[in-house]
Amino acid sequence: MGLKVVVDMNVCQDHGQCVFAAPEVFELDDNGRLVVMVEEPDESMRSAVEDAADVCPVQAITIEG
Amino acid sequence: MTSQRVVIAGAGLGGLRTAEALRAHGFEGEIVIFGDEAHAPYNRPPLSKEALYGEISHEKLAFRVRSTATDLTWRLNDPIAGSDLDAHTVTLASGEVVTYDALVAATGVSARRLPIPGPPATAAAGRHVIRTLDDALALRASLTQDARVVVLGAGFIGCEVAATARQLGCEVHCVAIDSHPMIRPLGVELAAELERRHKERGVIFHLGVGLTAFEGESHVTGVVLSDGTRLAADVVVEALGSRCNVEWLDGHGLDLTDGVLTDNALRAVRDGVPLDGVSAVGDIARFPNPRFDDRPWRIEHWNIPTDTGRRAATAITAYLSGTDYADVVATEWDALPSFWSDQYEIRMQSYGMPGLADADGIRLLEGELHGECVMGYHRGEDLVGVVGIGMLKIVNGYRDRVGKAEWLRARAAS
Repeated sequence: MGLKVVVDMNVCQDHGQCVFAAPEVFELDDNGRLVVMVEEPDESMRSAVEDAADVCPVQAITIEG
Repeated sequence: MTSQRVVIAGAGLGGLRTAEALRAHGFEGEIVIFGDEAHAPYNRPPLSKEALYGEISHEKLAFRVRSTATDLTWRLNDPIAGSDLDAHTVTLASGEVVTYDALVAATGVSARRLPIPGPPATAAAGRHVIRTLDDALALRASLTQDARVVVLGAGFIGCEVAATARQLGCEVHCVAIDSHPMIRPLGVELAAELERRHKERGVIFHLGVGLTAFEGESHVTGVVLSDGTRLAADVVVEALGSRCNVEWLDGHGLDLTDGVLTDNALRAVRDGVPLDGVSAVGDIARFPNPRFDDRPWRIEHWNIPTDTGRRAATAITAYLSGTDYADVVATEWDALPSFWSDQYEIRMQSYGMPGLADADGIRLLEGELHGECVMGYHRGEDLVGVVGIGMLKIVNGYRDRVGKAEWLRARAAS
């Protein structure tokens, strides 16, 4: 099974810290809302998305797989 | 060869991240984490904010542990009471002695209490602090409609509690020795603006005054201020900063004047020399950060346990494996402190160390002070911090521009 990034949008408060950790995967749109651009990133991105999950102030990001 | 053991004192965010990073760097020995609370590591910032409104539970606040770090030995509710850094042992409150090959001090801070006599310093007596989940659960139960709440201290935690209590329909008085809330990190202009917004929402400030007495015997009934004002209270929240939990390291030549003094690799400094195999991370680590200056700082921001935990783990792994240790500790590392605060609908986000700014070095960079804005904090020509009120995407854009200009140039060049 590949890597899967799940963001609980009921918890996410658009802090955007994940964007710094994994800019290829997360983005804040023009309204400042968080967007997951790549929901199933390549295995080579594992470390970056795990870092993104770590730095989320509200711990809204789960990495599956 | 017998398996090596890393003992981590403290089961908070710093302890967890250090353990995960040790595994990520390939340390295969035993990792034992001792904590004084019964709970596995959980996220503390919500305790003064959303956790006071609704349902909170350990389950909701608990940190997920990386799948690569499941083989950790958690010894919760099992605090460390002392250490012998020459014998490489720690002594638990229970009396048990545990040996280590490397030791990580991640014991964090406790809420400071006022040394003024009065009713017992317990939540049951109406005297609250906010540091642990149990603290927040007790306070939440007391913040009922029309409760008379006195918040002592007007830093970020005090202001967050004041805002939350107002939104819950409490009568809120906020008492502080400072001239404006949050003035020390934010400077007078922004602090005065935030004071205005709190007042607009009904917080009553008593600034430039201290507390002289608590009233009540078995339960607090009020407080007396240094200007003679008496305030009736059902709930008093002591939000007066913290004290470092470092007594267990006493007596070994470490510099414990403010947390644990470390070098840039987070190794504890003993008699002026970094001590191999003893590290400090998180709120108690006082480390030099070349992004700003040579002076060691202790920083109680949320990102610091993670950043220092990772850095300490690289040094510990190299030390225990004997691989590239000298290079790893000599490689300069820096941290960018970051904090946020939620008060009413106001989202504040900061990067850097705004408190280092010159008195005349605070300037509006974007927006309007009375609406959304970004303030810049300068020391000489250097931008040492930014604080955004709203404008999150814009303040995030300043992130890489915070620090000593000379250092930022050197970093860009390398």
